[in-house]
Amino acid sequence: MFEELSSKLDLVLKKLRGEGKLTEENITGSLREIRRVLLNADVNYKVTGEFIESVRERALGREVLQSITPGQLIVKIIHDELIGLLGGVSAEVGYADPPPTVILVAGLQGSGKTTFCAKYARWMKQQGRHPLLIAADVQRPAAIDQLEKLGKEIEIPVYLERGAGAVSITSKGIEHARKNARDIAIVDTAGRLHVDQEMMDEVAAIRDAAKPHEILFVVDAMTGQDAVNTARAFNDLLNFDGAVLTKMDGDARGGAALSLRATVGKPIKFIGIGEKLDALERFHPDRMASRILGMGDVVTLVEKVQEQFDEKKAVKLEEKLRKSRLTLEDFLEQLQQIRSMGPLDQVMGMLPGMPKLPQGAAVDEKALVRIEAIIRSMTPKERNHPQIINGSRRRRIAAGSGTTVQDVNRLMKQFDQMQKMMKTLTRKGPKGRRFRGLGLPS
Amino acid sequence: MGLSDLLGFSRLKTGLTRTRDNLTTQISRMVKGKTTLDDALLEEIEEMLIGADAGIDTSVAIAGEMKRLAREKRYVNDEELNALLREAVLSHFKQQDYCGFDEVVSSISKPVVVVVVGVNGVGKTTSIGKLANRYRQAGKKVLIAAADTFRAAANEQLEVWAARAGAGLLTQKPGADPAAVAFDSYTSARSSGVDLLIIDTAGRLHTRVNLMEELRKISRVLKKVDPSAPHEVLLVLDASTGQNGLNQAKQFKAAVDVSGIILTKLDGTAKGGIILAITSELGLPVRFIGVGEGIDDLEPFSAEAYVESLFGSERAVE
Ligand SMILES: Nc1nc2c(ncn2[C@@H]2O[C@H](COP(=O)(O)OP(=O)(O)OP(=O)(O)O)[C@@H](O)[C@H]2O)c(=O)[nH]1
Ligand SMILES: Nc1nc2c(ncn2[C@@H]2O[C@H](COP(=O)(O)OP(=O)(O)OP(=O)(O)O)[C@@H](O)[C@H]2O)c(=O)[nH]1
Ligand SMILES: [Mg+2]
Ligand SMILES: [Mg+2]
Repeated sequence: MFEELSSKLDLVLKKLRGEGKLTEENITGSLREIRRVLLNADVNYKVTGEFIESVRERALGREVLQSITPGQLIVKIIHDELIGLLGGVSAEVGYADPPPTVILVAGLQGSGKTTFCAKYARWMKQQGRHPLLIAADVQRPAAIDQLEKLGKEIEIPVYLERGAGAVSITSKGIEHARKNARDIAIVDTAGRLHVDQEMMDEVAAIRDAAKPHEILFVVDAMTGQDAVNTARAFNDLLNFDGAVLTKMDGDARGGAALSLRATVGKPIKFIGIGEKLDALERFHPDRMASRILGMGDVVTLVEKVQEQFDEKKAVKLEEKLRKSRLTLEDFLEQLQQIRSMGPLDQVMGMLPGMPKLPQGAAVDEKALVRIEAIIRSMTPKERNHPQIINGSRRRRIAAGSGTTVQDVNRLMKQFDQMQKMMKTLTRKGPKGRRFRGLGLPS
Repeated sequence: MGLSDLLGFSRLKTGLTRTRDNLTTQISRMVKGKTTLDDALLEEIEEMLIGADAGIDTSVAIAGEMKRLAREKRYVNDEELNALLREAVLSHFKQQDYCGFDEVVSSISKPVVVVVVGVNGVGKTTSIGKLANRYRQAGKKVLIAAADTFRAAANEQLEVWAARAGAGLLTQKPGADPAAVAFDSYTSARSSGVDLLIIDTAGRLHTRVNLMEELRKISRVLKKVDPSAPHEVLLVLDASTGQNGLNQAKQFKAAVDVSGIILTKLDGTAKGGIILAITSELGLPVRFIGVGEGIDDLEPFSAEAYVESLFGSERAVE
């Protein structure tokens, strides 16, 4: 996708070749293209406009180097600018003295606050802290039960009181934390609209009672243009310290992140990447920039792969990739590693160029089992020199693996595609970054 | 006679009328002193639509449509321009009102089976509570089935809503097979003379292949007992959703043949403009809108009232 964008820009900029410099005249077309990309990614239109302006300023007069195309240069400028905007200090939460450290979580209805509270409590527990969850949502039906169940699941106590008011629950909950040596108290609040005065007053009252050390604003990654309005209203009232972007496991490009950052200037601290309570990650501005530009979350994928890969194997694979001699042996090994990484559709979703899985391309676990069986029925020679696998060998392999010749053919084709894909991935990317995680030189 | 007649639509009027004059006001402001539909004005209209989440393609298309209409009809003053804009936007709806969901409910031999689907946290369960209430008010016997066996306290949440609405509720243990819940609820609905069976499902992202397959299974199981079921599959969409909404609609439609949309949380400042793309591209009618967290905060959709509200007061980043 990233390449798609820069090649699109190259088209626009074709006439620029030989001109050597980016000028007002020759970048207008590409900026229009960028505007499209950002708007499609749900970046607020005003923010988009300002962003384009700053890119224009930065781009004007820049020399186009011999080694890259004008399109690549513009994409690089934009990417850097995006990272600059999205980045910024995001301090760790410290230890309050006296304890507990109080965290207040607020946001619109259904954005993922309660789930985040539980995820964050689990995260903190893993860092050796002793969290207490406080159920201060007295509005939503069964909100208290929900937090109670989540707390049980992660074995973290929940302070709750049925029939009481949110402010009183909060105060008593924090008191409870103090008395019971819980060093961090996480307050879950009801979802509310920024235009609902009564509810906004309530959250202000909760804040006054809780005197939180940190206030986190939870935003759904699928949010569109309205993100700026809600972020601003919540920030005006609460002056929150950071934001959490949830539901990033989908195919939303998450332009809201940029809107939010540009509007209230607060850092995004975490992203939610699933419904399960371990699906929480730190926010990475560079990945978000790539995602907004449509690159696919290559880096996340690479890091996930890296976690699984044995260093030595990675080095070997890297060599092979460079020589573009990927064998079926490697293919098998990779399949096994990919399978151990988690739900396949999730992993696939992070690959560039496939932000959403088309219906036909659904990842079928059974198919993988079949592929493994087929490769296992090959001789080592066949695995290392796939080109020797002719018709009669295919028939033998099919019989040996209990599959059909069509299955074997399909695999060979997939393998071929994968080889091509690996080649494009390892080719020097437009912004000069290589496949870091695989140990390639950068 | 449809239930709409029994119920009356007084709430529809109240819900969106507060923004009724805004379109005129806003357009007037924009066209002040202008005598032609120039590019600057078109651009501003385009931005207004983009700001409402209509998306760049739809917005450009509507602006283009306006230009064409203006050339055809010769635009004279802002009132006419206002009408042109409304016409251009309205043409994106194949429907003018909420497409007789009540009639659907009345015309099928009972139980009428409605499955409610959507991504996480959009308001499925709440809308089901409201929907159940709507038909209870009209004297129908309603059963809710809790086929969300995943989310923490999904059952407890529905218990509250079923009690509020005076509807029956069928639940199973957390982790139970959602299709089995659907099947049981159908059997139970049929044997106890239920008019309307509403099945709640767990929120799921449309990109999760396995979870979409789980929805298909619910639909398959229902078809086994009643080939015409489910009679309605309602996709719930949060009005604050951006361009991703179109993908959601496409994927859910592909999986379970969605027949209509409920657009929730229109009581905020988000406009839900992505439904313009959804209705024109997929031809899906919007059945209802959600305008609050209360049990009465569900209104039948009206394209006209919606178009008025689209250009309502708070625009993004004034
Ligand atoms: N896929 C996915 N789902 C999520 C994520 N975070 C939360 N959810 C789901 O989103 C839905 C709403 O989450 P909640 O935590 O209840 O949201 P909330 O903000 O507390 O909702 P209210 O209290 O009603 O305002 C649930 O179905 C969650 O499982 C995420 O990162 N990814
Ligand atoms: N303001 C407003 N809030 C709404 C509306 N509809 C639902 N909500 C709120 O949105 C939040 C999520 O609603 P649910 O009904 O639990 O959403 P869901 O789609 O069932 O969520 P999951 O089952 O977790 O996927 C709750 O806090 C509801 O009160 C609406 O029309 N307006
Ligand atoms: Mg909650
Ligand atoms: Mg629900």
